[in-house]
Amino acid sequence: MPLTGAVDCDVHPLTPVPADLVPYMDAYWRDTLEVRGLDFWETIAYPANAPLTIRADWRALKPRADASPDAMAATLLDRHGFAHAIVNCLFPLQSFRDANLGAAFARACNDWLADTWLSRDARLRGAVVLPVQSVEMSVEEIERRAADPRFVQVLLQVMGDQPLGKPQFWPIYAAAEKHGFAVAIHAGSSYHHPVTGSGWPTHYIEDYAAQAAGFHTQLGSLISEGVFVKYPKLKVVLSESGVSWLPSYLWRLSKFWRGIRNEVPWIDRDPLHYVRENVRLTLQPFDVPDDAATVARVMDQLGSDDLILFSTDFPHWQFDGDAMLPKGLSAAQTRKILIDNPRATYARLA
Amino acid sequence: MTLDAPTRDTDAHSDENAAVVKPNRLAIIDGDVHTAPSSLSELAPFLERRWLQHMQTYGSRKRHGSNYEPYPKAAPRAMRRDAWPDDGGLPGSSLELLRTQHLDHYGVEVGIMGPLGLSGQGEINLDLSAALATAINEWQRDVMATPEPRLKASIVVPFEDAAASVREIERLGADRRFAQVFMLTRSMDPLGARRYWPIYEAAQAYDLPVGFHVFGAGGHPYTGTGWPSYYIEEGAGHSTSCQTVVTSLVMEGVFERFPKLRTVMIEGGFGWLPALTWRLDKLFERMRDEVPHLQRRPSEMIREHIWLTTQPMEEPVARAHLNETMEWIGWDKLLFASDYPHWDFDDPFRAFPANVGDSRKRQILTTNGKAVYRLG
Repeated sequence: MPLTGAVDCDVHPLTPVPADLVPYMDAYWRDTLEVRGLDFWETIAYPANAPLTIRADWRALKPRADASPDAMAATLLDRHGFAHAIVNCLFPLQSFRDANLGAAFARACNDWLADTWLSRDARLRGAVVLPVQSVEMSVEEIERRAADPRFVQVLLQVMGDQPLGKPQFWPIYAAAEKHGFAVAIHAGSSYHHPVTGSGWPTHYIEDYAAQAAGFHTQLGSLISEGVFVKYPKLKVVLSESGVSWLPSYLWRLSKFWRGIRNEVPWIDRDPLHYVRENVRLTLQPFDVPDDAATVARVMDQLGSDDLILFSTDFPHWQFDGDAMLPKGLSAAQTRKILIDNPRATYARLA
Repeated sequence: MTLDAPTRDTDAHSDENAAVVKPNRLAIIDGDVHTAPSSLSELAPFLERRWLQHMQTYGSRKRHGSNYEPYPKAAPRAMRRDAWPDDGGLPGSSLELLRTQHLDHYGVEVGIMGPLGLSGQGEINLDLSAALATAINEWQRDVMATPEPRLKASIVVPFEDAAASVREIERLGADRRFAQVFMLTRSMDPLGARRYWPIYEAAQAYDLPVGFHVFGAGGHPYTGTGWPSYYIEEGAGHSTSCQTVVTSLVMEGVFERFPKLRTVMIEGGFGWLPALTWRLDKLFERMRDEVPHLQRRPSEMIREHIWLTTQPMEEPVARAHLNETMEWIGWDKLLFASDYPHWDFDDPFRAFPANVGDSRKRQILTTNGKAVYRLG
């Protein structure tokens, strides 16, 4: 299946270090970073040398495949003829406890992304990283980027201080809806809480596995709190979620809703409805065995061919070679996933 | 607003329905029956005086800071409205009502008790936790399982204290009135962590399965992103706590270390297991050098060591989706559970999609349970 014209809805640049971001900060923050020795800031997500963080063959390239727009294009966009790629920067500014610091890094990350990636390749689109420590500052950042059409979504992490459906976050959704930004919720944690409800797991594998549970929580929160009732045009993109967790979670959520919907009386329709209307999922990683029959059954369980947006999750190691599409998708499904669904989701993707 | 479960149950008690149910009666093994003493005073005969006084003076203090549960329930005490005994006690406290309303009515051959309230699990004070666990175990044995052999007790363990848990398993493990070791899915550390291993070692030694029931007070927010607002989120999200347990047991190598261990995930449904298994296999393939103690793929360990009770049975719009999900898990791995007397009770004659078929239904209702619990 040719990938020409595809919109890759989740790619990652090599994560910047503070030195990359300093040129985009004002004098106060440049001084602060120097005085306080804030010359690195990392979390335990995506350990630099872990196999998942960048595919071995892409790591071996000189420069490595995620190091620049040119390197990425050679590996991905030029090679396969993608129309666009949406660049999600994973600098872990959400893990700062200080909202001012978070906002300074968010501004710098977004400027850095525009300058060093979006300006270098006209096919690239960007995500506005939000300093979620402060809803007010997040809204300011959305307003600041609204005039730049290259930014097509805002970016939140799947694990933060609070579930994202809570009303305190709604000004973010109001601003996103107003300006036509999709809201991407991406794998990742601020690590302000343990990644599981039972504390810190020992291994990185468990941490990454737990990210999928984070998506259960956020989807349940967004639906139950009534975000989609209040913002019916909002598009939420669950990025790097694993995908196959969704059907059974919705079966549960629907069943509980039928039993106890008196608790959330504003939800007057089956939760499935809101997923169909407002929620999309990026393709990779696609947690399904590598056989066409099982893929077909999972696609059927998803219940709609409109839900999945093509993504490679470049440079994370989610597939080998060029096998970025699951086996067994029909031509019609493939076309929707590669092109139609992303274009229907991203209002700003002109 | 009318709730689903009581309505369904009212139907089940009509004469018309009873006539339909009885001729088809199967020998049901019910993996989750919630019996409970009505009050601390009912537990008092089994509780050391020192801890009775402590409870009367300071009360229960659990790691979520609530005197009850973090979320108000959908019904009083989360109970079926028809399950309150006439004597004013709690649902699950009256053996007589339990017999007529559940064991006799549905033909339950064995019900595995899963005590939740005054059971000590989640208590901050570990000595209190152990004392209450001992008391509830003796209450189950003497008040329930001895007069009613269809009821099997669980060995409730104060699992944050492995040494005390092992003592409890060693004290009661040879008694066939006990059918499993009973833990909760929310814990201070993910439950595959090394400090819980003595519990699994003791359970394996006594050939007892370890049941992990949803809920618990581990001292953390219920999710990796903090506390949700609503009971509906808590309910739907129980499956995520089950996923933490399975992931941790597998990745820590518990099943490599204790190759005969049987574990049962209780009251978290089951539909979530295939996606988790696929995810773990893929991550294992990519990063097995992080877990070199594992000799086998996660899917193999899950297939061999993990069973799941069915309640609350997932309800997809297309019932075929449930069948294929059960197929992915394995028809021999699912155990029926009713969750009696809670509001989200699954009726053994109504919970299954029609197209599961009689032989597979029999596996889930009867055969699998007999294989997992020590019922021979």
